[in-house]
Formats: sequence, C-alpha cells, structure tokens
Amino acid sequence: MRRRTFGRRQALTILGFFAPAIVFVSWFTYWPMLQGAQMAFRDWNLWDLTSTPWVGLGNFAMILADPVFPIVAGNTLVWVVGSIVPQLVIGFLVALALWRRFRFRGVYQALIFYPWAVSGFLVGMLFRWMFNAEFGVVNDLLMKAGAIDAPLPWLADPKLAMVAVIVANVWYGVTFFAIMILAALQSVPDEVLEAAAIDGAGTVRRLFSIVIPYIWTTLALTVLLRSIWTFNSPEIIYAMTNGGPAGRTHIITTWMIEYTQQGSYGLASAIGLAVMVVLFVFCAFYLMAMRRVNQR
Amino acid sequence: MTARVARVTGLSLWLVITLFPLYWVVVTSFKSPGSINRWPLEYWPSEFSFGNYTELFATSAFGTFIGNSLVVALVAGATATLIALLSAYVLARFEFRGKGAVLGAFLLTQMIPAFIALGPLYAMLADLGLVDTKHGLGLVYVAMCIPFSTVMLRGFFENMPDALEEAAMIDGCSRLGALFRVLVPVMAPGIAAAFIFNFVNCWNELFLSVVLMNSDANKTIPAALNGFISTFNIAWGPMSAAAVLTVLPTMVLFALASRWIVEGLTAGSVKE
Repeated sequence: MRRRTFGRRQALTILGFFAPAIVFVSWFTYWPMLQGAQMAFRDWNLWDLTSTPWVGLGNFAMILADPVFPIVAGNTLVWVVGSIVPQLVIGFLVALALWRRFRFRGVYQALIFYPWAVSGFLVGMLFRWMFNAEFGVVNDLLMKAGAIDAPLPWLADPKLAMVAVIVANVWYGVTFFAIMILAALQSVPDEVLEAAAIDGAGTVRRLFSIVIPYIWTTLALTVLLRSIWTFNSPEIIYAMTNGGPAGRTHIITTWMIEYTQQGSYGLASAIGLAVMVVLFVFCAFYLMAMRRVNQR
Repeated sequence: MTARVARVTGLSLWLVITLFPLYWVVVTSFKSPGSINRWPLEYWPSEFSFGNYTELFATSAFGTFIGNSLVVALVAGATATLIALLSAYVLARFEFRGKGAVLGAFLLTQMIPAFIALGPLYAMLADLGLVDTKHGLGLVYVAMCIPFSTVMLRGFFENMPDALEEAAMIDGCSRLGALFRVLVPVMAPGIAAAFIFNFVNCWNELFLSVVLMNSDANKTIPAALNGFISTFNIAWGPMSAAAVLTVLPTMVLFALASRWIVEGLTAGSVKE
C-alpha cells in the first residue's frame, strides 16, 4: 500500500497538504531572502532608500577591501572551530555518562537539557553579567580558586574577549550534542558490544571500533547542523561584546549587523549572500565527504 | 564500580556548570539594588528583595510585553505546528519526485542569516500595513517554524505503522479524516513536543521582533530586553528579573516535554 505508484489522486493530496507550508515559507522566507540577495548587487543606503542603482560586484569588492575583513574571517574560524570542538568532546562525554541506567538518570537528563530553553541572546546577557570586570562572578570564583590574583577585564581585553564568548557558546551548545549523541547511542545493539567484550576488547577499543562507527552519521550531522548555526548566529556575541573590543570578537554575522546599523544595507546584504554561499558550499562538500566515508 | 563513580562525578560536575548561570541570575534578581554592585560578592542575598521585579514593572510595560509574547508565540506556534503536520505527513507517507528538493529547501532555510531578509520583510509588511502588529510578526514566525517542525514531525510519522490510517480509510474515512481522527491522537505527545519547540522558538526570537515591533503596546519580550543593552549602563538588577521571567515559562515547558522533544529531534534527523 505504502509508496505505490504516483497517481492523480496522490498528486492532488500531496499538493493540497503541502500548499500551506509552501505558501508560508516562500512568501515570508524565500521571497524576502531573494530580494535581500539581489540588494547585494545594488547601492542601498539609509540616506536614500528610494534609489538603488545596480553596482554589480561593487559591494563585494568593498567588503573584501575593508581592512576589517581578514580579521573578521579569522575570528569567525576561531569562533566556529573553538566552539564546535569542545562542544563535541564534552557532549560526547555527557552522552556516554548518561548512556547506562542509574539512579536519578532522568533528573540529570532533564536538568542538562535546560539551556535549550534559553535564547542565545539571553545566554549572552547572562554571561556578560558573569564575566563583568567589576562584579562578575567568574573573576570571584577564579580568585577564590587561586587561579588569578586580580579581577580580569574579560570583555574589554582583546585577548580574553574571544575566550569569554566561546565559553558562553560552549556552555550553550553542549546540550544539543549530548542529546543527539545519547539518542544515537541508544540504537547501538547491546549484543555486538557484549560479543566484543567477550572477545577481549577493552572499553576504549569498543568505543573506537564499534560505538563511534555505529553512530558516525549522527555525529557528522550534528557537527554539520551546529557548525551552520554557530557560523550563522550572532546573538551571543551581539549581547556580550557586539564585536568589541576593537573588533576582536567580530564574526561575519555581527559585522553584518554593524553595517546594517550604519545604514549600509547593500553591503550588509552582500555579506549575507556570501554567508549563504559559503554555508551552501560547505554543506555540499561535507555531505559528499560523509557519503564517501559511509561507502567505505 | 570505579567507572561508575567517575561517570557520576563527571556528570555532576557538568551539571553544576550547567545550572550555575541560572542560579546566579536568580540570586542576582533577588538582591537589593545596593548589594548587586558590592565586593565581596554575595552568593546568597543578604537581604532578600523583590525590588528588581517591582522596578522592572514600574519602569517598563513588561506585563504587556509578556502578554504580547504569549499571544504571538501561542498562535504562531500552533499554526506552524498544524501546517507542519500536513507537510510532514506527506513527506513520511509518499514517494514523489521533488521530495529531496523540498527537504533540501527546508534545510537551506537554516543557512539564511536573519539579517539578509530583514529589510525586504520590513518593506513587505509595511506594504501590507502589518509593521508593528502582532499579526505581521506572527505570520513571519509561522514561516520561520515550519521547516524544522516538519522534519521533527516527519520522524514521528515514520515511527507510526501505515496500518493505522489504512484501516480507517477502508472504513470510509478520507485521508484528512484518517490523519486527524486516528493518527493525531496517537501522535499527540509528538505533536505537543513540536508545538512547544515552535512556541519556545517564537518566544525567544530576537532580531525580527526588534526590527518589526516598535511601540510599547505591541513589543514582545526580546525587543524589550534588547532595549536594556542599548543603554550605556545596564541595570543588572531589573535585567536579571526580566531574564528570570523570560526563561521560567520556557524552562517549565521544555521540562514537561523534554522526552518527546528529544525523540522528535533525533527521529527526524537520524533517519536521513
């Protein structure tokens, strides 16, 4: 019965059921996105919104020529890699710890889940307060632990600010990794693990030879999704430093916000379009590489 | 035995790290204005005070903002869930050309930076007379929520046996009737999880609400919170009170539905 040939009735059902989703997503997501994208090739400014002359690749040239660009590109890379790697490692460990039943496991799971209920913006605000130079709790705890002698100006110091925003993002992102990996772990068949244990495979060996290959697809997809969101979400940085001090935490999307706030909408659109193209190419390559690994 | 001890210790350590920011914002929100900016820090309020909450409501229309957020997130979240239910059903139950393209198009929405669509969206809603209205923001939120909740609900549908609705259709139900009379009741927890996920996403969304909602009568919470950081000196007391009030409802909802949300997320994405 299921997945039979494609009849006329089916075609109508499919169209009818899909129509509302298609109408909404095209009207309020894709159409404005396309308009924004074509504005990337126009001169579009706050001071004259009515005239938007075509400038070809001029906006992209201006972005590339901006001395801030190489800094932003480097920061973005640090931000994504520096956030994803610890999230993956800690998330994996948390998932492993939650894998086997023990008393209060449900409670642990529910509590570890809660950062998801907080918005990125609010996470940024909470950490901005905790990293506050004068009355921040982070400084107080570090001083109590004897790690530092005097309060550090976390968000004002060019060297420390990136550390602070990444700490906030790692805190926020571990949950997602833990949940996805935990769910995948629960699909690993016990018999295979037991058989390997009987054959004398130790914990580490079983982890790398059985568990990781088994959940490989989930790992890869989770890394992909989180990378997209981390690359694409300015909320935490926007709330904590807004790109400062002196552009040291500016990533590509907070830079876009800055252009928007200055009223240079054309330049902001050009950055947005570039972000989408980069993410699209990244996804395509990533999915292709994943398929190749899976076929091996 | 030692592995077990190590596991629970490590987990507890991460739990402390996870819970600390919440603890800290709650403690801050109950400190008296004088004791917030005082060194050494107080890890428990020396005098317990509701001052920050009364100040929040006295200096801003925070009650109105909460009401606006509630209305928008409830209506948009429910509408998006209903629409996603239909498209997820089709994606789970039919093979057809262009299915991959639809899924790809949904995945692509995750790559669109919010800011690229903001200007055109503003212009569009202005043409419709919907800027600074809950209807306008709600329409955009519905579109925002559809792709992800579709993927989530599709995972739930795939776990449902076809026989369920087939039996109903043999008994004379239409496809839509079978879906709503037979499948929806069975899938209720999954649908609730998708709705809660949508609700929380709408409740938390920042940039659209900042750009589209200007007047105090229509502002939602994120737009109001954003006002806090544009001032040179953030009033951390009322800010903490606002943060607590913003996070609490979503936390309660997620705690209620966490099991189903986990299932939906993983079923939806692991399947591919």
